[in-house]
Amino acid sequence: MINNRRTQLIAQIFLFFMAALWLLPIFGMVISAFRPYAETSTDPAGFFSWPDTLTLDNFRAAWERGNMPRHWFVTFLVVIPAVILVLFFSSMVAFAVSRYSWKFNIALLMLFTAGNLLPPQSIIQPLFQIYNRIPLPEFAPYSNSGELRGSLIGLILIHVAFQSGFCTFVLSNYMKTLPKELNEAAMVDGASLWRQYWQIVMPLTRPALGALATLEFAWIYNDYFWAVVLVQKGNDLPITSSLRNLSGEFFTDDNLVAAGSLIVVIPTILIYLALRRQFISGLSVGASKG
Amino acid sequence: MTSLQNPSNAETSTDASEDEASPSPRKGRRRYSLLTGRDRRVLQAMVGIPTFLHVMLIWVPAIATLLLSFTNWNGFRFDTMEFVGLRNYRQLFTVFEKDLYEALLNNTWVLIFLFVIATPLGMLVAYILDKNLRGTAVYQSIFYFPVVLSLAVVGFIWKSVIYSPRQGILNVALGRTGEGEQISWLGDSEQVITLVGDYGLSKNFLAIIVPMIWRHVGYIMVLYLAGLKAVDPSLREAAAIDGSNEWQSFKNVIFPSLKPVNVVILVITVIESLRVFDIIDVLNNPIGTDVLSILVTESILGESSNVGRGSAYGVMLLLLCFTFVIWYLRSTFREDDAAS
Repeated sequence: MINNRRTQLIAQIFLFFMAALWLLPIFGMVISAFRPYAETSTDPAGFFSWPDTLTLDNFRAAWERGNMPRHWFVTFLVVIPAVILVLFFSSMVAFAVSRYSWKFNIALLMLFTAGNLLPPQSIIQPLFQIYNRIPLPEFAPYSNSGELRGSLIGLILIHVAFQSGFCTFVLSNYMKTLPKELNEAAMVDGASLWRQYWQIVMPLTRPALGALATLEFAWIYNDYFWAVVLVQKGNDLPITSSLRNLSGEFFTDDNLVAAGSLIVVIPTILIYLALRRQFISGLSVGASKG
Repeated sequence: MTSLQNPSNAETSTDASEDEASPSPRKGRRRYSLLTGRDRRVLQAMVGIPTFLHVMLIWVPAIATLLLSFTNWNGFRFDTMEFVGLRNYRQLFTVFEKDLYEALLNNTWVLIFLFVIATPLGMLVAYILDKNLRGTAVYQSIFYFPVVLSLAVVGFIWKSVIYSPRQGILNVALGRTGEGEQISWLGDSEQVITLVGDYGLSKNFLAIIVPMIWRHVGYIMVLYLAGLKAVDPSLREAAAIDGSNEWQSFKNVIFPSLKPVNVVILVITVIESLRVFDIIDVLNNPIGTDVLSILVTESILGESSNVGRGSAYGVMLLLLCFTFVIWYLRSTFREDDAAS
């Protein structure tokens, strides 16, 4: 559409410089992660000075000092069940809302959509008190205090409750676009409601489920707030929120923090590179209406 | 409207051609009353269980925030809870007015910067990338990349790479890395903009807003790009035939046709500016960087526990958020109502 050559050139230059600017923090993180603090902090050019030594020491230190194996383990213990449950729960509600008409259809959808838009901090005071008062049975794994607070189950539950708002909204929009004849034919054949959901609608919803799974994985993986407030106990923090252990009270080794950040970011980068399309369609489908 | 929905739209359209024979357009959704008893119970469970969880953990606390804001309570035993009416709110506007106004102002700064800088920048990038210049896919990946990062990690990255007093990019670029001449980007109480008295925009907070812009641009770009792809090409052609230039056709034709996307962007930006928390907490909440969400959680993460006051801050957050949510829901679901 741009026929004018000069405009095109200006656009190219603008994009190039902006992209360079955008990459700067990432670039800096990678370089400083590989260089010892003693070297970069004494050179006036910081970590843009010519490197004498490249080392993996920062990664090793972050890995050990940050107790990362443990935090990784906890992270996946939280993220995987949470993503599966979110999609399972919200697809059921979306199915009901989009395939059947009953009195509370729109009200229900509004409830979920609005719930997802609330700032998490606005409900944290009572939620914290509630979590303090719900006991967990003794056999529940990863419950520190015997209450919902501090337990991984509590963390999973709040993710499911909070994220199901967005997913219900997106999935119901998607399911509305599926042909209605499918259900009618299935009903004539005598398929039960559950079978219509599980064997007919769900397989057709797979593209939307894939996009949401990618997005939800990233969002729950990236969570900081819920974990910091509801888990608190250092050892059971998922990886993103455990990063705060790496910066000391008085002195921070910036290269150590950079290495730690890089380690934490890697899974997101890999998933992003592999599933970029899902990411983007998941985000933009939330913005459009079915 | 988006790539995600295209396959199914294609299916619907083929089905629709067979359907044309039927005289009256029937409603797509089936009536609940037609279900058998067993199916009905299954449906109730399918809706009931997720709704129960959502209501118990989101809406009950939302209402409880309002109720608790009228109490004085340390959060330990219920019998120490006392009803104090509007006292917490009175205190917010007197004893704690400095905290409250700083927080409200800072939330507003985030909104302004995201709205005046990040949003138009994201739109501009989307608009250029929509022209399919060389390297579009690469640029898109670069700008979108920060969006997949957690704001907490973004805080760590910027703290160690950009703002580090000894070796950060900013101080290196300014030649201020030596002992004694370092600029502490997330430290002292310097102000960038002073409005009235002590109120303004602190340097520390500006240093927190910039990474938020860095992240927000990509978000806006993706949303806008999806919207632009869906704009009817004949609209652009019509504008071109009318002899409008690039800016005129954007302003008069393309922008108005993107209203749904614009609404979503507005809501996302407002909500984002109310939610900001992670990055501030990660950077240890330096001087002049309080926002509402920080004040709410202060009494949980800090030493003293004042549930009533924390909840009163929470109510402010809820009220601000709801004003926009209600407007958004009305504009979204009104059309749904009309359609069904």
